[in-house]
Parts: sequence; C-alpha cells; structure tokens
Amino acid sequence: MTDLTALKYTAEHEWIALDGDVATVGITAYAADKLGDVVFVELPAVGSTVTAATVVGEIESTKSVGELYAPLTGEVLEINEAVVDDPSLVNADPFGAGWLVKLTVDPAAVADLLDRDAYISLTGGAE
Amino acid sequence: MTELRTTALHDRHEALGASFTDFGGWLMPVRYSSDLAEHHAVRTAAGLFDISHMAEFLVEGPEAGAFLDYALAGRLSAMTDDQAKYSLVLDADGGIIDDVIVYRHNPERLMVVANAGNRAAVAEAFAERSQSFDVDIDDATDHIALVAVQGPASQEILQATPGIVDLSAALGDLKYYRMAHARFAAPGEEPVPMHVGRTGYTGEDGFELYIRASSAPALWDALLAAGEPLGLVPAGLAARDTLRLEAGMPLYGHELSRDIVPAQAGLGRVVAVDKDDFVGKSGLAAVVTPDAPVLVGLACEGRRAGRAGYAVFDATDAETPVGEITSGALSPTLGHPIAMAFVPPAASAPGTTLFIDVRGTRIPATVTDLPFYRRNK
Repeated sequence: MTDLTALKYTAEHEWIALDGDVATVGITAYAADKLGDVVFVELPAVGSTVTAATVVGEIESTKSVGELYAPLTGEVLEINEAVVDDPSLVNADPFGAGWLVKLTVDPAAVADLLDRDAYISLTGGAE
Repeated sequence: MTELRTTALHDRHEALGASFTDFGGWLMPVRYSSDLAEHHAVRTAAGLFDISHMAEFLVEGPEAGAFLDYALAGRLSAMTDDQAKYSLVLDADGGIIDDVIVYRHNPERLMVVANAGNRAAVAEAFAERSQSFDVDIDDATDHIALVAVQGPASQEILQATPGIVDLSAALGDLKYYRMAHARFAAPGEEPVPMHVGRTGYTGEDGFELYIRASSAPALWDALLAAGEPLGLVPAGLAARDTLRLEAGMPLYGHELSRDIVPAQAGLGRVVAVDKDDFVGKSGLAAVVTPDAPVLVGLACEGRRAGRAGYAVFDATDAETPVGEITSGALSPTLGHPIAMAFVPPAASAPGTTLFIDVRGTRIPATVTDLPFYRRNK
C-alpha cells in the first residue's frame, strides 16, 4: 500500500512517488474515477526524454480519452507493462499496481509539485 | 445556468453511489460501479435503468391516430391496441426533430415517448400540428417515471418481483414491441396502474415500465431486491451508450439531427411515404439525393477507438475527409473498436476499407453491417 501522504501531485491529476532520483508516476484515484473504466493506455518509450507539462501518453476509457502529462522533465526508465496488458489496473489500484511510468528526474524539481493537502483542496476532497 | 432536473429516483441513485452527468437538462446517473461491469451485466443477466428523463406525451381523442399520421413519419393509425412502434418527428424539410416510441393503449389513447433534450421541440411541433384535429395532447413527463429492465434475465426478474399484479398478458406471451397493462402495489399500499412494454435500447430482451412518479421508488426497490439474486445491477448512461452502439441504435444528436433525413440514417422503412400527407413529405422528396452521406458501421482492430467527431478518410494519404464518426467506442462485448459514421454511398459497401484519424494516426476500419451485436434469440 502506497503511503499517500508521501506523494506529490500535479493539477493534471498525476501522483509522483520519489525514490532517490527515480519518480514513479500514476494517475490519482480521483482521475481514474472521473475517466471511468480504463480500456487502453499508451505510454512513452523507455529511454525517451519527456518534458514537464507536455503530453506523453493517453489513457482511454469507455467514454473518453485522457492525456497523460509528464509531471517532471526526465528520462523514461521503465513503463508498467502490466497496465498496458490490463488497463483496468488503473481503476483497481491507481496508487499501486496501476502505476504508469518511472522517470529519472532531478529530485530538486519535485519540491515544486503539489503536496497531498493542496491536491485534495484542488479536487474538493477527493484524492 | 438553469438547475438540472432530477427524477423521482434521485435519492436511490445517490444511495447507490452513482456518478451523475447532465443529460438533456436532467441530472442522471452515468454509472454506479463500473461502465464495463454494468454493460456486461446487461448482456449476461440484467441491468436496471432509470430513464424517467424521457418525455411522455399522451395523445387522446377521436382523431388521435389521424393526428399522429400527420405529425409523425409512420402510419400510426394502423397500430393495434397494446402495440409499440418506432417513429420519427420530421420537420417540413424532412430533417429529424426527434425519434420516438409510440404505444397504443386504445384507438383514442396513444402515448408518444420522446427524448429528454427534444421535449420542447416535440411539444411545439405537436401543438402546431394538432390544430385541425380533435385531439388532446398532455405532456405527462413530470408525472410518469420510466424504469427499464434489460437483459436475458429480464422476464424472470419481473416474474420474481412481488407487487406486479393484474397483468393483461403473461410476460412469456408478450412479444417484442408489445405492451401489457398491469398494476404495481408497493408494500402496504394500493396498487397503481403500470404499463409494461417489451421494448428497450440495449439490443437485449427487456421491459420498460411506465408508472406514476410517486410509486417509482418502491418499484425500483422491489425490482432490485428480486433481481439481485438473478444478476440484476443498476446501470447508468455510460453502459446504456455502449450497449445501444453495439446494437446499432441511433442516438439523437449523434446519428440523428435536423440535418439528416431518415433514409440517410437507414430509417427509410420508418417513413410511410404513401400516406396522404404528413409533415416532412414534400421536403423528403426534394432533399434525398443519390450522393447524400449514409450511416455505416465501422469495425477496427486493436483497442484505440474512433470517437464522435473524428474524421474518416478513404486513403491513408487523402487530404480531405469523406466523413465523420457520430459515435464510437471500444466494444465491451466484441473486444474491438466500433463506430458509426456518415460516409458517401460510394464508400458505404460492407467490406470497404476506410481510415479513421485517431488523434493524428490513421487507423484502418472496415465498413460493417449494423448492428455490430445481435443477441441469440
């Protein structure tokens, strides 16, 4: 179980867990719930460089298409192949098995992201 | 912004944890648990839908049939008692103002069920068109709730629901697009009238239950309690949309509009062109041209779905689209993307390969007969 209080967030409804210089990124339960059942994810290529606040992937539900933004600038270290095979993991466990990408980032940049309280106030109480 | 209307079942939806959306000015449940789970439940067992936002017009009087023959595209005067019929409200040019279901209770009392978003337009059309007919038209939308039970277990569920009494026809004998008169008694209360139509919008067997709004919560509770052991789940608009798309059923504002004449949407059979006169008759003759775009089904491989508004091309390098998707989704039942689109007749033959622009990538799609999904009967 992910410790939600240790996570950082973006206004685009991504969460970030930092371990050294590796950031694990997913979408929040609030975002997964808003999307509905996720049926397809497209994630950036391993080894590619992504730029903060740019679109790097797509998350499609039965009803709509959500864009995945890079929360930070960095290199894609790993993508979650289990989610590519079974996109429903995003709904079932958004903060755990439904993680999307791991990025190698500058840890100092993480400090600028939202903390949990700021994110929860943004969504009006959901996380 | 005007406040959204809620149905008599709103507190039931809230208690079930529904997410809501604005649909035709009504705050309606979009899902309770999961779009996919609700969709699959309807295909394999049953789903319970609140569709009380639909508009009901009671058309009564000696010329009820004659009025509807003039006001709608079909020959409604030829219906038999307890029959239901799909029809269209056309404008003078033959464009579609709404698609409706008409139930005939008796020759002098018919009920027209219209889409929530078109309630005012249909009311206006009926008011204008009824002036020279001996007929009363009552918009009963606010008094009537509508609950749909859809799925292969529907009949068994209704038979297991206590309080449904005095059925005019055994459910097992009730054919598709027929209705029965019945009454429903909530626990400890007197029975109230109810109409049971074997109709629906999901491609499955099912029933649509019309009852006065104040009795709807008790009916909802009784159906859920009796149906849960048989696999019944409450289902929202998201599941309803993927179900109707698989079943190739048009949705007003997507496949149907004032800019579309019935033949383009594959609904030419709905128009009784040999009727003496009806609103839209002269317009249809002028508007229908051999090169008017027609509605087709498109099937794709993979999992990326073309969605409403996406352009359709006839070649990967074509610069100008030939058409546009009106509805599209990854089909939960079939496992691949499906869509409906208007394309030129020359590109409409089943088996034709077209290309959908899915956010910058052209994905091949095969023109397919509708519906995409047909239940085993």
